[in-house]
Amino acid sequence: MKIIKSTKIIKSVQDLCIQACCVLPVDVVKSYEKAKNIEINSIAIEVLDQLIDNASLGKKEMIPVCQDTGMVIVFVTMGNQVQIQGMSITDAINHGVAKGYEKGFLRKSVVKDPLIRENTNDNTPAIIYYNMVLGDVLTIDVLPKGFGSENMSAIKMLKPTEGIQAVKDFLINTVKMAGPNACPPFFIGIGLGGTMDKAAVLSKKALLRKANSIHENKFYQKLESDLLEEVNKISFGPAGFKGKTTAFNVFIEAYPTHIAGFPMAITIGCHSYRHKGITL
Amino acid sequence: MIKLLSPFSDVSNLSSGDKVLVSGKILVGRDQAHLRMYNYFQTHNKLPVSVKDAAIYYAGPSPTKPDEIIGSIGPTTSSRMDKFTPLLLEQGLKVMIGKGKRSQTVIDSMIANKAIYIGVTGGVGALISKKIISKKIILYKDLQAEALLEIVVEDFPGIVIIDAKGNNLYI
Repeated sequence: MKIIKSTKIIKSVQDLCIQACCVLPVDVVKSYEKAKNIEINSIAIEVLDQLIDNASLGKKEMIPVCQDTGMVIVFVTMGNQVQIQGMSITDAINHGVAKGYEKGFLRKSVVKDPLIRENTNDNTPAIIYYNMVLGDVLTIDVLPKGFGSENMSAIKMLKPTEGIQAVKDFLINTVKMAGPNACPPFFIGIGLGGTMDKAAVLSKKALLRKANSIHENKFYQKLESDLLEEVNKISFGPAGFKGKTTAFNVFIEAYPTHIAGFPMAITIGCHSYRHKGITL
Repeated sequence: MIKLLSPFSDVSNLSSGDKVLVSGKILVGRDQAHLRMYNYFQTHNKLPVSVKDAAIYYAGPSPTKPDEIIGSIGPTTSSRMDKFTPLLLEQGLKVMIGKGKRSQTVIDSMIANKAIYIGVTGGVGALISKKIISKKIILYKDLQAEALLEIVVEDFPGIVIIDAKGNNLYI
């Protein structure tokens, strides 16, 4: 049995939140640089330069790259040989989020109730998904999700016989709706299969992938690249001022589903592709 | 690059696609501040602050670090303010700054009231924070990040997306 103190989880989550919001991963900045080389429109290049400068400023001064530091989504993988000492893991994660948002000068954007809309003042609660496995592993990934892009995410129950064309059509329509509102170029997470709720979670989980990473399954590798090509034909470009890069990546997570159904969820991720994880 | 200084009495000469550098006083407000101003008008027949020849930036900053002027402050999605915007335009608002599309109702009101909509790059809040010289809270302090602010900016960069004739840069 591996014993982990809840104080260690609190500190880790605190640091993950601050790091994720202020320091963009190197692979994300590389995506900006790569896109700069293929854009022709001068405004598109200017926007990409701003993204690059903004990322280095965030890192240098430890200020959030975007003022919308999101609602925190947490993916936890926990082995049956791990025991948390102190408070429950859920409480520890929420404590970590609260501390991180206070200490890191991150914006508290969570309200207690969708109708009453009173701020919780510490950006909790987080949205936590647990995956229980064998062994003594404990992995925590945080994904601060901004709502300019989240508001343009969508879900649809496709028909089982509709196939890839329906996936393409729904994706293109959703990206067209998102347009300049959701801060392109996007990182798009797609969940296919399961039930309605499962597809939505998969579309979030897909956004834990590294920028520019390739799907391990050949079929989905090709589908991701085909879909990305289709999305980039829309030509919204950086910040929506026209260009070749409307999305940097399309990531797919698939899961078994029912004979009668084909759920598809799309999470629109903005260009500030923020996520960070740790294994304790 | 066109320099644009407050107060913004006449912006009808600017065209969609023009790059601008805004300097001077601008208001900062988003969803809840708009809702409150709108509701105030319904009962008082005037706004709680003057927006005549003013600019409003749709944003809600992250908290200010010690020794800093303001936190990260990029634009939020403008269309969420569309419902409240024609009223502000009728009361003299001339410049809106944000990101994303506007409704046809807003565009029609912009033409009628000779106003423009400037787009700034979303998600570069750290960079934009350096263009701000001062800030003060005007109203609704309890709204925290959503309070109505007045900021002074210098060479705040943007692009005219929709001009006073209704020409629109977005496809």
